[in-house]
Amino acid sequence: MNERKSFFAPVKAWKYLLKKPVTIKKEDVFDNPREASDQYRGFHQNDWDKCIGCGTCASICPTNAISMVEIASLKIEDGKKNERPALDYGRCSFCALCVDICVSDSLKMTKEYVHLSKDIDSFYFIPDINGIHNTQEKQGYVRDETSELLDLERVKMAHEDVSRKNSFIEIVKGYSMEMALAESARCVECGICTATCPAHMNIPEYIRSIYENDLKGAVTHLYKTNPLSNVCGRICTHLCEGACSLAVRGEAISIRWLKRYIVDNTPIEDYEEAVLSFVTEPVNGKVGIVGSGPSGLSAAYYLRTLGYEVDVYEKRAIPGGVISYGGPEYRLPEASVQKDIGMIKKTGVNFITNTKVGTDITLEQLKEKYDAVFLGIGFSLSRPLNIPGSDHKNVEYAIPLLAETRDYLRGSSKMPDVHEKVVVIGGGNVAFDVARTLLRLQIEKYGKVNVAMASLENRDILPADLEELEEGEEEGIIGSFGYGPEEIVVENNKIVGLKVNKVISIFDEDKRFNPKYDKTDSYVIEATQVYISTGQMPEYDMITDDMKEKMEIVRGKIITGEYGQVENLPWLFAGGDIVRGPDIINGVANGHDSAYGIDLYLQSKNK
Amino acid sequence: MKEVKLFLGPQHPGMHGNYSVQMYVDGDIVKKARPTPGFLHRGFEKLMERRLWMGNLALIPRICVVEPDINEMVYAQGIEMLAKVEIPEKAHWIRMMILEMARLAIHIMGLGGIGGPTGLYTLTYWAIAQRDLILDLFEEITGARVYHMYIVPGGVRKQLPDGILEKLSELLDELEVKIPEYRELGLKHPIIHKRLKDNIMLPEDVVWEVGITGIGMRSATNKEYDLRKVQPYARYDQVEFDVPVANYSDALTRVNIKYKEIFQSIRILRQVIEKMPKEGEVRTKISTGSALRWKVPAGMVYSAIESSRGEYGYFIVSDGKEMPYRIAVRGASYPQGLLGIEKYLVDCRIDDASLWMDTMGVCSPEIDR
Repeated sequence: MNERKSFFAPVKAWKYLLKKPVTIKKEDVFDNPREASDQYRGFHQNDWDKCIGCGTCASICPTNAISMVEIASLKIEDGKKNERPALDYGRCSFCALCVDICVSDSLKMTKEYVHLSKDIDSFYFIPDINGIHNTQEKQGYVRDETSELLDLERVKMAHEDVSRKNSFIEIVKGYSMEMALAESARCVECGICTATCPAHMNIPEYIRSIYENDLKGAVTHLYKTNPLSNVCGRICTHLCEGACSLAVRGEAISIRWLKRYIVDNTPIEDYEEAVLSFVTEPVNGKVGIVGSGPSGLSAAYYLRTLGYEVDVYEKRAIPGGVISYGGPEYRLPEASVQKDIGMIKKTGVNFITNTKVGTDITLEQLKEKYDAVFLGIGFSLSRPLNIPGSDHKNVEYAIPLLAETRDYLRGSSKMPDVHEKVVVIGGGNVAFDVARTLLRLQIEKYGKVNVAMASLENRDILPADLEELEEGEEEGIIGSFGYGPEEIVVENNKIVGLKVNKVISIFDEDKRFNPKYDKTDSYVIEATQVYISTGQMPEYDMITDDMKEKMEIVRGKIITGEYGQVENLPWLFAGGDIVRGPDIINGVANGHDSAYGIDLYLQSKNK
Repeated sequence: MKEVKLFLGPQHPGMHGNYSVQMYVDGDIVKKARPTPGFLHRGFEKLMERRLWMGNLALIPRICVVEPDINEMVYAQGIEMLAKVEIPEKAHWIRMMILEMARLAIHIMGLGGIGGPTGLYTLTYWAIAQRDLILDLFEEITGARVYHMYIVPGGVRKQLPDGILEKLSELLDELEVKIPEYRELGLKHPIIHKRLKDNIMLPEDVVWEVGITGIGMRSATNKEYDLRKVQPYARYDQVEFDVPVANYSDALTRVNIKYKEIFQSIRILRQVIEKMPKEGEVRTKISTGSALRWKVPAGMVYSAIESSRGEYGYFIVSDGKEMPYRIAVRGASYPQGLLGIEKYLVDCRIDDASLWMDTMGVCSPEIDR
């Protein structure tokens, strides 16, 4: 099979003497370089308007060629860092994994492949939209669906079907281990969520712990910044998910449900060990806390971990404030609330219940008894609504109903008096809590549903979560969204309904609250009982007048220093609703900050 | 007569890569040969244990410069075996196309490479120019000329660009005309012929003793042992091709088989162009989540394919985490390049040492990885 040699065969190659060479001339390499293919992986370009500085490109880079550089001129916003990737072309292997994983679709590659310079620093380069040689138009490799390296779809959370309305069963079923592992694997650990979370929770760290199936480690990460993880794993406002970098092109990580997965699935011994691991040796100092809501509990826990003796005063029978008496059972089951409070009790916090500060004991007395006092009394009153008929005895408010229902479900109170036909005024999450609680009570009492809602805001601008609206309507709520209440119609001393008008605008030109109605589009919603849920406000009856004089209260909120310290009253710290407005995670954050502030204050006092 | 110690490599035009052989010569006959690896050692296997499953893709093609795609293929195939993932049909065909294009590129370069040790550089220049035309196509398909990083776990990285199959077809037409000229210039050349014919023998018993696969084995044993036939991967079971064999392995036979294999690759590529599904996905996910957190189920697997030099394999061990626990590379030329040199370079003439390396198919980066 081998070749025979031939003297003349090689001579045939001489024909190429007359042909044009295939090589590119040296001059052309520099002056007129051959254009690379359409998806050539050349030098990078990065659209700074789109880039959010998450650093995922740097994480995937197999050669560590990408480092994130802080750019002082960029603003830090929610969901954005002021960092941009810088490339070291001495290390880059032009694999384009950075392009494929870019969460914001800002990083791309150009067709540029020639860079000659005596300046070694020019090989270290922070790409912008213009690329290395101002060659924006020469776009090369870009990510597409096939080369995608992110998982943009969330693992779907299972919910109870509509038959849930027959009881107060928890609606959200929670993740299984398999689902949680899959969801946690989506995280790119950019940490943008941590910056946005009011409590700055170590979100990437605990998600990594889930991914590594180390639940005890995850609980440890949770309790570094949030001792109400059971509660927040269920009803947090999850600002983190709004900032999640994956949400730029896809669906945010289900951070809240992952947190819930941790607290629900960690073995109780591990859980307890992790929580108690933070408690240190006792130190000299006593702190009194007024109110056992989220901010009070958070402050109590962190003060206790620092070694202080902590007493928490609560006016009701069970500690927890809004978490024990506010959130409805179907969102926040009693067991979860009690688990959080139980853990805090185990650290050695002393709860003094059924004691209202202001009547049973005064703030002055607390001042004498303790080295510092933390005020976390929350917004405990419903904001009244003054329309004709609102003084009728069958006009009820949100907070008492929710509290009474929780007590009823605990077995410590009788069923709230719910009528067969009710209407709820308000369009926030609390209004939906009220409506959906009423609906469940009605089914229990009458076997049928008749709950109407009326709110100034229409469907598009409803303050409540979309989820609440969809689920509420599925359960049978009839909403008149975008219709403002004019009067509660009373005939023969009995409520017969709520007269509503179509809303044209809610705010006037000066952006002040001043709703305008279209009186031609109005009707009466039939009902014999009206529930008002148009906001909450604080009750400052325990604060004496001369104290009030020293502190600054603006629109119901107390102005405090960085760590919750009230100016002019150094022994007094405040947090939660009364400082930041109603939001549980804000309360937790305030409580933590104040614990730090109290520690600083007491240390300086003891010197 | 006194023995003289000479170095072939690590810097030597006749050496393949930065590999070194210390030759103890008596006159111009090698009396003792000691391969000295280490000049090219980059610790690939260790580095792989510290890279993400996806991140390794930027690393592994560098184990073999001229035919990088085999690394991507064995790696991807091994992961798919561990993860029990079935990749889309079209991806199989694209992979086969890439692998055969790579085989074409390295075979043409190998054929032209004969010009180096024999002094006929024209052949080498031709080969380099011809190979560049294949690289042009690679650039269009994958975005890079040499390190493609295109065959990924779960399929291939991107859809084929429009019109690429026509371009490939045209290139094959051209190659079919050009490659025979190599034969005229090279294989039939009286001087090269004399250097190759009945020289640098590879007896059958050495094949079995050392464990040589690929062209070396097929040229000496008359056995059609080609993993594409005996253990088909991708879609090699759906294309027709022959495995050239011989039972007398001198250097000329081995170069000749390489020459014939080029035409078999062209034949396969023509069938790929014809049979490849026109539509369809080209990639599936091997794991949930982002590539930063891809996990491969725990287990171990030996994944092997037929490279231009023989059986090329990865032994992959996963402990179920986001990085491999251990990967061992079975370089195709490991047996002849390390054991073979020491024992069988002996009695070779100094000027034939480079030809020995060339025709035995020694690729130093895959030995010294």
